[in-house]
Amino acid sequence: MSSPCLEIRARRHFAAWALLLCATGSSAQQPLLTELRVCSDPDNLPFSHQNGSGFENKIARLVADDLGVPLRHFWLPQRRGFVRKTLGADECDVLIGVPADFERVLATRPYYRSSYVFVTRASDPKPLRSFDDERLPRMRIGVQLVGNDLAATPPGHALVRRGAVEHVVGFTVYGDGPTAERMVDSLAHGQLDAALVWGPQAGYFAQRSSVPIQIAPAVAPPGLRMPFEFDIAMGVRRSDKALRDALNAAIDHRRKDIDAVLADYGVPRTDLASSAQP
Amino acid sequence: MPYPLVNGGRWQRCRMGVALFLAATATGLCAAPAPADGDWTMAAKDYANTRFSALKDVNAANVKDLRLAFTFSTGVVRGHEAAPIVAGGTMFIVTPYPNTLWALDLTKPGAPVKWKFEPKPDAGAQGVACCDVVNRGAAYADGRVFITTLDSQTVAVDAASGKELWRAKLGNIDHGETMTMAPVVVKDKVLVGNSGGELGVRGWLTALDAATGRIAWRAWSTGPDKDVLIGPAFKPFYSSDKGTDLGVKTWPPDAWKIGGGNVWAWISYDPQLDLVYYGTGNPGPWNPDQRPGDNKWTSGVFARRPETGEAVWFYQWTPHDLHDYDGVNENVLVDLPIAGAQRKVLLHPDRNGYLYMLDRQTGQVLSADPFVTVTTSSGVDLPTGKLKFNAKTEPRPGEVVRDICPAAPGGKDWQPSAWSPHTRLLYIPHQNLCQDAETYEVSYIAGTPYVGADLKMKPGPGGHRGEFSAWDPVAREKAWSIKEDFPVWSGALATAGDLVFYGTMEGWFKAVDAKTGALLWQFKTGSGIIGQPVSYQGPDGKQYIAVLSGVGGWAGAIVASGLDARDKTAGGGFVNAMKDLPKVTDKGGTLYVFALP
Repeated sequence: MSSPCLEIRARRHFAAWALLLCATGSSAQQPLLTELRVCSDPDNLPFSHQNGSGFENKIARLVADDLGVPLRHFWLPQRRGFVRKTLGADECDVLIGVPADFERVLATRPYYRSSYVFVTRASDPKPLRSFDDERLPRMRIGVQLVGNDLAATPPGHALVRRGAVEHVVGFTVYGDGPTAERMVDSLAHGQLDAALVWGPQAGYFAQRSSVPIQIAPAVAPPGLRMPFEFDIAMGVRRSDKALRDALNAAIDHRRKDIDAVLADYGVPRTDLASSAQP
Repeated sequence: MPYPLVNGGRWQRCRMGVALFLAATATGLCAAPAPADGDWTMAAKDYANTRFSALKDVNAANVKDLRLAFTFSTGVVRGHEAAPIVAGGTMFIVTPYPNTLWALDLTKPGAPVKWKFEPKPDAGAQGVACCDVVNRGAAYADGRVFITTLDSQTVAVDAASGKELWRAKLGNIDHGETMTMAPVVVKDKVLVGNSGGELGVRGWLTALDAATGRIAWRAWSTGPDKDVLIGPAFKPFYSSDKGTDLGVKTWPPDAWKIGGGNVWAWISYDPQLDLVYYGTGNPGPWNPDQRPGDNKWTSGVFARRPETGEAVWFYQWTPHDLHDYDGVNENVLVDLPIAGAQRKVLLHPDRNGYLYMLDRQTGQVLSADPFVTVTTSSGVDLPTGKLKFNAKTEPRPGEVVRDICPAAPGGKDWQPSAWSPHTRLLYIPHQNLCQDAETYEVSYIAGTPYVGADLKMKPGPGGHRGEFSAWDPVAREKAWSIKEDFPVWSGALATAGDLVFYGTMEGWFKAVDAKTGALLWQFKTGSGIIGQPVSYQGPDGKQYIAVLSGVGGWAGAIVASGLDARDKTAGGGFVNAMKDLPKVTDKGGTLYVFALP
């Protein structure tokens, strides 16, 4: 390229950040951000909260610091149209936690991997740990419902496959407080024998439960071709390759710090040799 | 005033104009109690849900001269599904969220704004509603206009002044509860239902006192008989609907508590039988394997007493729904000669692809014929009333199931059909869509918004995605049909001028010959049409045809919500079938009103 500097603007209007790709001789291209605009739910713990108490808030701060730019949030509840109204509307540029294969975004490399987990009371002498447990059909087991017609979480399908239907208790997406919190509460109050919850939520609410709670990764029963584990990455607009690269670099620089935040929040990891469990 | 008359050996309360007309056609059709036939006081025109206007100034000979009389921008750009309501020289239009209610003065040139009422629903409701932020229309009765709001309120407004009379908060959007339907006023009660089954909202129909907004009764669609208002009067036709507390027993324990069966579309009423009819939505939010059983009383039709709400009969179109086949489509009440006898029937084009004819006194299925390509079932067993599912097209976790027809929006979705007593044809706007369910390959992480949809819809046989069909319920066959490129997501209107009107998602508003389907006139509006056309007599005595243009809804969300055409599973998989819609239309809500010069 003949011009020394090429300015790439993500959007013609209202662009809060711009990248300057300076091709000077043979030196590497250096992205320069002016601001890190993060799209976040104002009330979705443990992931994010308007008061900054979610682990994605902390990770966003680490990344912004690494990039040396101010951090700004665009708050919107994660309901239908979240991606469209955030990234799509150019209100912000980064989703801190998305599945690495999420079609709607360009994902960074994953920075953690977690799984659905069995959640039981710590006092349980024989906690549920497997879908092959013969008690399964008789147990009161909580599952998260997805909120799309006919769709179910992978553990929901695993339970059905093992004949656990009668006593399965569904927890809807909407309600008073986060779904996972309601599930752990029900478990603590003896209304459930076990629950199957997405790992990061389980780890967080287990830490804060009124009675001691334990969690263990759930493994899909043989023959169920359905993932129980997901790689989690950051997501940007598909066209924002330079930003994605910058975020990848920041994730690499701050990997230890990010791991520490995840451990602090009790996120069960399946990508670490010694899994971080509370 | 309505008055009784003899027709076909039975008493019906009908207006005189309609009565003479009925006598002439020997087709029992009760349109009571429309205050003046030139008005259009409820979305479906009349309690029988015919969407038939007895006005006939505009006819096959002169429709070519139909031209624009006036237009009005609603100021909202989301999908406009509502019917304009006309009463006493005023037109009432309720917009999609934020559900602004406009009153236009039809007595003055250009129909200027008389008043504007803003109910100010909670903005958070927008992210909760499943299928764009639509509203299906207002209702007028006794000087009051009634609307539902997306955040689950019903509001009564004084028709003359636009002042709020009362509002009833009937649900909580933080629990996923929304409202999109047009209210229906029966006697002194406003009937409304809720939406949100896919989020675990338990369905109900609620009767509110029209004067105060107080709840008179609520009939749940799932749960024990006392909640469903099933008592001694309940006499379903089929044995599968007989028994105690089937709304509990046909589910795993407690699953009914979040079992869906929402009431989000149409209500009919037969004043003579004194029965209200309405359909219930699909069972949600469970996947089918987690809710073994018939899942009563979802995806079916109730007949109830309007005074008390008590159930009189029920029939289940789709027991244990596997494909998102809500049972809420319109029930059109007509009297027809069937097998030598005049029968009081109910016509119902269901999402499952069948055109049902039921005896509306008993709930017996007289016939059920496919009006679209159906692969998910092989017909209805008339002795038992059971839909015969096809195991090959059942969704199977972790497997790809191809050519599921009809697709999730059904052979036909909410878009209401019209009935002409002249031609005795039911005019059905519908889609021609199938789907491949590449099930569960995406990221289902509960409690996060990344719930990958698993459906990819595509055109059905023939390659066209929509169709407008005239169905002869006596002959049990299609009389004619018009293929449309996109799903026909607008309502239909039939007139005594033997014309039928409908709109396309490209924005064409069309008039066709009611007998032949021949295209007689069309007008290109500013945006795709998904609204319900109506016809009324203006204060000047002229016949007008009105429709809202403004693409959106589930089918048009790719435009109204700006969904990504590359994301095949967006919009519940509908986007895959609608990728080219943004190339032919853009959003924008505008009223178009037409008349002869």
